[in-house]
Amino acid sequence: MSDMSQTHGAETQSPPSGPVLAADGRPLKHSLNRALRRQKMRALMLIAPLLIFILITFIAPIADMLFRSVENQIVEDTLPRTVAVLGDWDPEADDLPPPAAFAGLYRDLFIAAEEKTHTRLGSRLNYETTGISSLFRKSGRSMDDVGEEIVDTIEATDPIWEEPATWAALAESAGSALPDFSNVWADFARVVRADGDDPAEENPWEVLHVSLAEDLRAGAAAEYDGPLKAELGQLTQALAGVAPVDYVAAMEDVDEGWSDPAVWRTIRTYAPRLTSGYFLNAVDMQLTDQGVAQQPEDQRLYLMLFQRTLIMSLTITLATILLGYPVAWLLANLPMRVSNILMILVLLPFWTSLLVRTSAWKVLLQQQGVINDLLVWIGIIADDNRLVLINNATGTIIAMTHILLPFMILPLYSVMQTIPPTYLRAAKSLGANDWTAFWRVYFPQSVPGIGAGSILVFILAIGYYITPELVGGTTGVFISNRIAYHISTSLNWGLAAALGTILLALVLLLYWVYDKLVGIDNVKLG
Amino acid sequence: MSALPAYASPVQRVWYYAFRVIVGLIFFFLIAPILVIIPLSFNAEDFFTYTPGMLALDPEAYSLKHYRDFFSNSDWQQAMWNSLAIAPSATVLSVGLGTLAAIGLSQSHVPFRRAIMAILISPMIVPLIISAAGMYFFYSRVGLQGTYVGVVLAHAALGIPFVIITVTATLVGFDRSLTRAAANLGADPVRTFFKVQMPLILPGVISGGLFAFITSFDEVVVVLFVGSASQKTLPWQMFIGLREQISPTILAVATLLVAISILLLATVELLRRRSERLRGITPQ
Repeated sequence: MSDMSQTHGAETQSPPSGPVLAADGRPLKHSLNRALRRQKMRALMLIAPLLIFILITFIAPIADMLFRSVENQIVEDTLPRTVAVLGDWDPEADDLPPPAAFAGLYRDLFIAAEEKTHTRLGSRLNYETTGISSLFRKSGRSMDDVGEEIVDTIEATDPIWEEPATWAALAESAGSALPDFSNVWADFARVVRADGDDPAEENPWEVLHVSLAEDLRAGAAAEYDGPLKAELGQLTQALAGVAPVDYVAAMEDVDEGWSDPAVWRTIRTYAPRLTSGYFLNAVDMQLTDQGVAQQPEDQRLYLMLFQRTLIMSLTITLATILLGYPVAWLLANLPMRVSNILMILVLLPFWTSLLVRTSAWKVLLQQQGVINDLLVWIGIIADDNRLVLINNATGTIIAMTHILLPFMILPLYSVMQTIPPTYLRAAKSLGANDWTAFWRVYFPQSVPGIGAGSILVFILAIGYYITPELVGGTTGVFISNRIAYHISTSLNWGLAAALGTILLALVLLLYWVYDKLVGIDNVKLG
Repeated sequence: MSALPAYASPVQRVWYYAFRVIVGLIFFFLIAPILVIIPLSFNAEDFFTYTPGMLALDPEAYSLKHYRDFFSNSDWQQAMWNSLAIAPSATVLSVGLGTLAAIGLSQSHVPFRRAIMAILISPMIVPLIISAAGMYFFYSRVGLQGTYVGVVLAHAALGIPFVIITVTATLVGFDRSLTRAAANLGADPVRTFFKVQMPLILPGVISGGLFAFITSFDEVVVVLFVGSASQKTLPWQMFIGLREQISPTILAVATLLVAISILLLATVELLRRRSERLRGITPQ
């Protein structure tokens, strides 16, 4: 509408020289540009709601999955003090990390146990080294036994140390004079507040006593200036008679696992906030402190699963070509009226719920199912020798070939429809026999259809989950089933995300090929 | 090979009929599994195979008990009502947003058209298990996992590519001079849209809507992860039933679903023909 007026203006005003002007006196070029801009804006305004919707409901989840496949904040978030010290540890030189790491671990693990996040970290690290999960769980239970003597001494010195308010008042003005104490207090206050409680009314954790004792032993009472200065001096004297906590011995006392270098190496290897560990696991490798290594023989699984997924998808694709080609040929060469009716036989399965078709195959393929009954009745197989057609790769291949066959027939049909039948007749009149005419003239022209159908079927097949899950047993399942297993059963979301990312990359690569060969815009429905 | 010529040799004659038999067998492979389960759903026994009574067409061997079970079992009823609530809501969302965007996309000047199209089509391209994984992670971060809203949003996203594809395909044949004529006669853009453009692209919108509906209605992977037990839909209930204890009620449900797909298929086909006729494209 606006562009109409522009053209109109251009026709009426045609000054002999200077820029062409529109009806409102502006240069025509500007007006046209403005109209074009407005048109673009209007198009974008119409698209924007949907684009935002898809970005939030779909693209963000995919991005989240990609992020989760490398995300590894849990180690540093749960054990910040330990991780900071472990950076300086050289596992080649010393078996165990320096005592400072044990001191950090004591504080981190105490706080984590109060927050109940230590078990989550335990299960995370257990994916890498088995046994860590129970180590964390057991240690979490006995963290408050460490430094018992110090706690008793502090509380015996002055009854005010049994009052939560005393600790809160000390924390108010502790600042940099009591570094260890304020550091732990910050976490104490955070955790207590997260529960909706007031830190000034909550009994102080044992780790606060221990850290305060560390500060006082370092001579903090002299530097400290504020309330309770006298009491702190008193405490310093009282604590002089108590041996400092030997963190290495204390942690080993809690659980012998802490004297195992393998545990510490795992923590150190997985300390960074981003890790390639999940991706390495997804291809049967693992990250160790010596670099990347292969998984032990008995834990290799995923390369085999990827390979199986690809081989079975390829088999299914070949089966759909073999079955789909004759059908498409007949449909393309029959009169429209007949082929339209036969097309229903292709479209009905296409429109029927995936679960209906899968349950049909489950019923048909069972040992006591229709196919076995029929074969026994005919007498091809003995009653006690029924075929095992389900819960294995055969079941998956049969059911998925059936389910994906329409996706092969439809593109093949639309390509074959465009091949003029006169070409075949011409070939034959030039002396070719039926086979030569088909193979040299017709088949090459139908190859684009085979290509389009194959890529489509293959892409759909490698991502299938429901059918392999229901008819595949253990030998007929795909990588998708493993992804689902890691999401809902083993809860190893990072590995699920890494497997998903690899699968997604594979599918996108195939779609890129499909786009080059066929063009995504040529996807037709119905 | 549309017809066998009179001069065909015996070999050609044999091949002509053999080929038809082969294709017939493939058609049988395509359609038989769906047809086989229909009589089985009327089985009076709890078996998954034809009983001697059924083969002898004994009326005693047939019963509606699995259908009665479907309509009286609270699990199946909850699943049915969930399906009937979730699928239409998702369809309305995807048709509403999708139609607007398809009209925007079919304008002559759209910046980043290819990129936008790729994003909008992506839910159809990404394998369902990956969409489900991503949505599960993300929706549990924002508190939508295990809610009706979450499932509806997820299904709407999955249905949108179908709406976009069908509606843009209809708009390709849309004669732009019609909207110009309407504007010339004094109609404002909104009136033009509802009085001129909408009636003409309606078949495309409806078949896009049907695709979106069936996508949501049949979808199980995403709802398994994004939903929880209280959002279970019919496919969810079927999937659980098939995985755990397979009950013949599933076959009754399957038969009902086949009936629904026949209905939908017929509707889409009719709409396609009507739209082709309206746009002056006669089927060859």
